[in-house]
Amino acid sequence: MAIRWGAYRAKGLYDELMRAAGRSRPAAKQLCDHLRSLTDVEIEERKQAAEAAIRVMGVTFRVYSEEGGSIDRAWPFDIIPRIIPSGEWRRIETGLKQRVRALNLFIDDLYHDQRIVRDKVFPGDILASSKNYRPQCAGVDPPRGVWAHICGSDLVRDKDGTVYVLEDNLRVPSGVSYMLENRLVQKRVFPELFEQYSIEPVDDYPSQLYDMLSSIAPRAAGRPEIVVLTPGIYNSAYFEHAYLAQQMGVELVEGRDLAVGEDDCVYMRTIEGLTRVDVIYRRIDDLFLDPEAFNPESRLGVRGLLRAWKKGNVALANAPGAGVADDKVVYALVPEMIRYYLNEEPILPNVPTYLCVNDAQREHVLANLDKLVVKPANESGGYGMLIGPHAGQKEREEFARLIRRDPRNYIAQPLISLSTTPTLVGTKVEPRHVDLRPFILSGESVYVTTGGLTRVALRKGSTVVNSSQGGGSKDTWIVEEGAI
Amino acid sequence: MLSRVAENLYWMARYLERAENTARLISVNTNLLLDLPRRVVPGWAPLIEITGSRAIFAAHYAEPDERSVVKFLIGDVANPGSILNSLGFARENARTVRDFIPREAWEQVNELYLYAKNNQASGLSRSRRYDYLRGVILGVQQITGLLAGTMTHDEGYGLLRMGRNLERADMTIRIIDVRSENLLPGKSEELTPFENIQWVGVLKSLSAYQMYRRAMQARVRRPDVLRFLFKERLFPRAVHYTISEVENCLKHLPRREVPLGRVSRLRELVTASHPEELDQAELHRFIDSLELGLNELHRAISDTYFLPGVSSA
Repeated sequence: MAIRWGAYRAKGLYDELMRAAGRSRPAAKQLCDHLRSLTDVEIEERKQAAEAAIRVMGVTFRVYSEEGGSIDRAWPFDIIPRIIPSGEWRRIETGLKQRVRALNLFIDDLYHDQRIVRDKVFPGDILASSKNYRPQCAGVDPPRGVWAHICGSDLVRDKDGTVYVLEDNLRVPSGVSYMLENRLVQKRVFPELFEQYSIEPVDDYPSQLYDMLSSIAPRAAGRPEIVVLTPGIYNSAYFEHAYLAQQMGVELVEGRDLAVGEDDCVYMRTIEGLTRVDVIYRRIDDLFLDPEAFNPESRLGVRGLLRAWKKGNVALANAPGAGVADDKVVYALVPEMIRYYLNEEPILPNVPTYLCVNDAQREHVLANLDKLVVKPANESGGYGMLIGPHAGQKEREEFARLIRRDPRNYIAQPLISLSTTPTLVGTKVEPRHVDLRPFILSGESVYVTTGGLTRVALRKGSTVVNSSQGGGSKDTWIVEEGAI
Repeated sequence: MLSRVAENLYWMARYLERAENTARLISVNTNLLLDLPRRVVPGWAPLIEITGSRAIFAAHYAEPDERSVVKFLIGDVANPGSILNSLGFARENARTVRDFIPREAWEQVNELYLYAKNNQASGLSRSRRYDYLRGVILGVQQITGLLAGTMTHDEGYGLLRMGRNLERADMTIRIIDVRSENLLPGKSEELTPFENIQWVGVLKSLSAYQMYRRAMQARVRRPDVLRFLFKERLFPRAVHYTISEVENCLKHLPRREVPLGRVSRLRELVTASHPEELDQAELHRFIDSLELGLNELHRAISDTYFLPGVSSA
């Protein structure tokens, strides 16, 4: 037999499927039993079936390299799903909704009265030095007061099983299409398990996204014209942009397809002439959105777009400026925001975070660089990080210098020993670290994906799950415990 | 429908059609050469003429021998019209219009590109070439069938059909132009049987042989072949048919005055022509005027429906 759970060791870590060597968690029992019943040849066949499905479906992401330009890579997928019992998931879901409600109130406050700053809950100097605060957006009232319509929050689980929020992505979070495609692949690979398990479906997301976008349309009458705005085919997430537009049945546009008219309304160029656009799900960063308002060099954006948005003639999701909360210093203060705006206790904890901008905390960070993870405040994709315990002396000294020079731009966190989950290596299973990115939609109501995208660090011992750096992904099952 | 999407659909279809036509050209030429005596053999140079790539070929190869030409036409990345590049461009266009074509069609385009890329070596080997090219031809036809059977026959489909038929018309007249020229110089009595074989080759390049026999019920002769390939109203690769297809598509599109005017004039030109009576020089002039008309038609479609300022070929 190929997979022997007795030999599976995730020492000192929380494993998502196994309680101990040879003993699966209740929700994972059927899966583990089934895997054990497969021969090496059968496992190899399932793997090949998954690879074939991914290749044929054309699921790719783009990786940039200095020499070769960009290349398409097939999406790395592991056929063993990650399982979360529905009871636990309901609690996480509630926590995420709470968090995003607070974040939206926070952003709206920052662009209006800044009560939270006046009440000294949020330090004014952090706001003043925020890279993603857009003064151009002050005083704007987006529909329903929502700024971050689509949020991707990264969750990690520590040794003791506690689930923490690691970061909130409020600019243009990506990955949801892989969540949807992973399920399709998984169904082709293990159809029999879908009969045995009661697995909550994930495929409602495109409809939910469409409904959310409709709910923020400025014109009340008729069916709104919704578009997805992409930087174009060379963007690493282009696959997802095209995929979501297709799933929603809306146009996928590039900046050159759109124009702002003299009436400050947005139009797209079609074979019939110009057509008015109501809602833009934009997958372009703020600074490239409108050369008139932001980066004048941008050729991806649409001249006058911000003007049209401020006049309320078009809705933008996410709203420009929403990224102000997508800052790891701001992140550290989210639990305070939840208490301040909602008068509730946070359901999901943050990873403890030291702000280098704070003198005492900075000294602590500098003295403990060998134990901490240091992150720049505004980077994503796992770039520019120091993983203290794994870094060399020289690297740590370099970071100490960076922190002293620009303390506002750095935070530090203890190294969370990310949970593991069984992952195929050849035809054997080994523990690999995972995180989870659920997506939260905010419009008329708040919706959370069932589960989300599980990212897995395929390299042994690695905790870097980003697809640009050797990460893969898994299907994520929210299963009803009663029905197991 | 977005102008940019219209453009991508149009070009996706053109590139697919180009790949199919090129595959057929190579396949037929490979066969044709086996039937001809060495001294008559037109060789491989005509394929470079037909695909209009003399300059690029000359820049990369010394001689138009079999290996060079086949390599150039199948997999050379320096040749923008190679099968591999055509399928690659078709795939990039398809990728940007994934939300407009059925998922299976995208998957098929993607798979066909990967097939052509991963099996290039088979295309170069004489013994496996037929199967390789057949794979490409059938792959494109499968996509054409998929689109016909599963895509809403809306404006987008109309643009696809226009792209396909314009490319087809273009290829048909190029094949006739180059092949008829190559056929003529011999003119001596002893070559007559081989001339016959070559006209059969022309028909086969266009998958037209069987249909020609059914329609004409006569042996293969230059005047009949020319009449069939230009004027046959029911054969989908005949010039008249392809131009009528474009005309029909345009009738369902908005803002069609200019391109519709162009295509109607072009069709009338074909209707009024008597290609069977033309000698080689006249035929060449006639083909030139059609070529010009097709170019103008493409430009009118592009100016009317595509994004301003950008155009690829």
